[in-house]
Amino acid sequence: MSNSSSRPHGLLAEFETPAAVMDAAILCRDAGFSKWDVYTPFPIHGMDEAMGLRKSPVGWFTFAGGCTGFFTGMTMIWFMNKFDYPLVVGGKPLFTPLFAFPVSYEMTILLGAFGTLFGMLFLNRLPRLHNPLLKVERFKRASNDRFFICIEAADSKYASEATRQFLAETCHATAVEYVEE
Amino acid sequence: MATAAAASHHNPGKKGSSDSGIVPPVLKVYDPPKELEREPLVLNNRSLGWITDSIAGICENPMPKWWWPVFVLSAGGMMLMFSLVAYLISTGVGVWGLNQPADWAWDITNFVFWIGIGHAGTLISAVLFLLRQKWRTSINRAAEAMTLFAVACAGIFPVVHTGRVWFALYPGFLFPVPNANAIWPQFRSPLLWDVFAVSTYGTVSLLFWYVGLIPDLATLRDRAKTLIRKFAYGLFSLGWTNSNRHWSNYEKAYLIFAGLSTPLVLSVHSIVSFDFAVSQVPGWHTTIFPPYFVAGAIFSGFGMVLTLLIPMRSLFGLEDIITKRHIELMCKVILATGSIVGYAYGMEFFIAWYGGSPYELYAFKNRAFGPYAWAYWSMITCNVISPHLFWSRKLRTWPLFVWFVSIVVNIGMWFERFVIIVTSLHRDYLPSSWGYFTPSWVDVFTFVGSFGLFMTLFLLFIRFLPAIAISEVKAVTPQADPHHPLGGAKGHH
Repeated sequence: MSNSSSRPHGLLAEFETPAAVMDAAILCRDAGFSKWDVYTPFPIHGMDEAMGLRKSPVGWFTFAGGCTGFFTGMTMIWFMNKFDYPLVVGGKPLFTPLFAFPVSYEMTILLGAFGTLFGMLFLNRLPRLHNPLLKVERFKRASNDRFFICIEAADSKYASEATRQFLAETCHATAVEYVEE
Repeated sequence: MATAAAASHHNPGKKGSSDSGIVPPVLKVYDPPKELEREPLVLNNRSLGWITDSIAGICENPMPKWWWPVFVLSAGGMMLMFSLVAYLISTGVGVWGLNQPADWAWDITNFVFWIGIGHAGTLISAVLFLLRQKWRTSINRAAEAMTLFAVACAGIFPVVHTGRVWFALYPGFLFPVPNANAIWPQFRSPLLWDVFAVSTYGTVSLLFWYVGLIPDLATLRDRAKTLIRKFAYGLFSLGWTNSNRHWSNYEKAYLIFAGLSTPLVLSVHSIVSFDFAVSQVPGWHTTIFPPYFVAGAIFSGFGMVLTLLIPMRSLFGLEDIITKRHIELMCKVILATGSIVGYAYGMEFFIAWYGGSPYELYAFKNRAFGPYAWAYWSMITCNVISPHLFWSRKLRTWPLFVWFVSIVVNIGMWFERFVIIVTSLHRDYLPSSWGYFTPSWVDVFTFVGSFGLFMTLFLLFIRFLPAIAISEVKAVTPQADPHHPLGGAKGHH
């Protein structure tokens, strides 16, 4: 299967249960790999700790979006109703944050939501049109009922035969496969 | 954390208390009594692969025979609605039965009705998520889709009720752009807050729904056989690989979406109620409106979720995923919110009397005993009496009966909005400007047609997208739990 002309992407190991892939992830973390990932059809509770991941920073994007939304709302209403064309309606003040609040509140949520979505996509480097893993037939079950670990060839600790042995024998993968770029 | 909890659950005797005289070496653990055991969320220990096959299969296999006639009927209704909207726009709002003083009637009734229905989707996807109600996973996708389609139906009415829609849209009073005299819309009006609330609601619901769909679209991409499917699902799944580094950010984003949608869903129907409550009209000018409208919206929304999902689960054989327990829990939400609605009806009357305003008291007496008494008592029958049938467990777990009551709830909630809007308007302060609203045939068929639009969108959704959140349902099964024997956990803990 391996072709000397194509560059290796890494090693893909398959597991049958969440517990097996979790145990293997702990071993990979402790072995000191950095460019590796676990692929599961649903998020597994506790896997972030097993992989040694830090807390996701998505919330900061939400915060930035939300602040932008709130101040856009307030500024927009102040500009339209007080600055650009002041028009007294029903003897009410031209601008107060009180009547501007409902719209600014909605704008906070709107831009906060956009910040969350685009922040998540940015952190995940998505959309991505090409991924070598998606060419692997076996990997189709990562979105169905199988669990995978891929250690990339770009990892400094990667050594094709030793890493294959590590995944197959130490981590008890049910199958290990070379993936090409 | 779940890890520690699961471990200590299986090992409760290791740390005995040392302050008492006798330290028992091992604590005796009793199994919980039978009646406290919870039914699993997915019945019959279905495997992960079965869950994928049975949900993804719906949008991969040819649609069953019933789908086509229902689709043609719905699409016909949709075309009817669009034709009547074209007739309205080309002729004028006179084709409706509106008059002075009842210058809002079925149009705004339909708007509030549809927007209210949408609320169940967000409640299920956001509020129940924050409350860790895991049963939501079987129903949230379809309920969110229903929300979007209901908001689409709702959005049509306030736009077309302006008659000359081109003024409403651009240069318009519905968007923050100046009109021909360079005057900006004025933000002191709740009607403009409503525009922002509803458009934010529609947009955020769409984003939340799409975020939830990404992993399932990847599942469909991986199963796709034809080139078009591979391309379409591949494009919209954005190259999702189920990587745990991605899941980590994804789950955080999902949690934040739930956190954003919860205040949003509460604000939207509150702001819709401001359309009425901020005015001076007796019968509208009440402070109870925001919570009462929100409760009513959730009540009607769960009604519609049940109306759609009870046939869907049996037609597609999804009884193991949308179980009787799910139906029962939704009935409990209907019971709770229906009781709040009933309480609000009573409290409105009490305050009308206790507040001492003769106009207010007249508006309420007229509501119950005036020319629209038939609408008022239809509303009371459907909304106050019918939810209390769900005190009975037997009735809550009888799908056909629940389906029937869910339709009654929706009829009742349509009448509620009609009663609030029309009975308050048709008696002005001066008896010389009293009137009575009768719908025209255009009113009736535009509303009927909006169900066609709703059903067309829902049927297309079932056809092309996974109607149940595949990855989320898997995540609540025992075989997804690495500390459960079915998830591969070893016996020692």
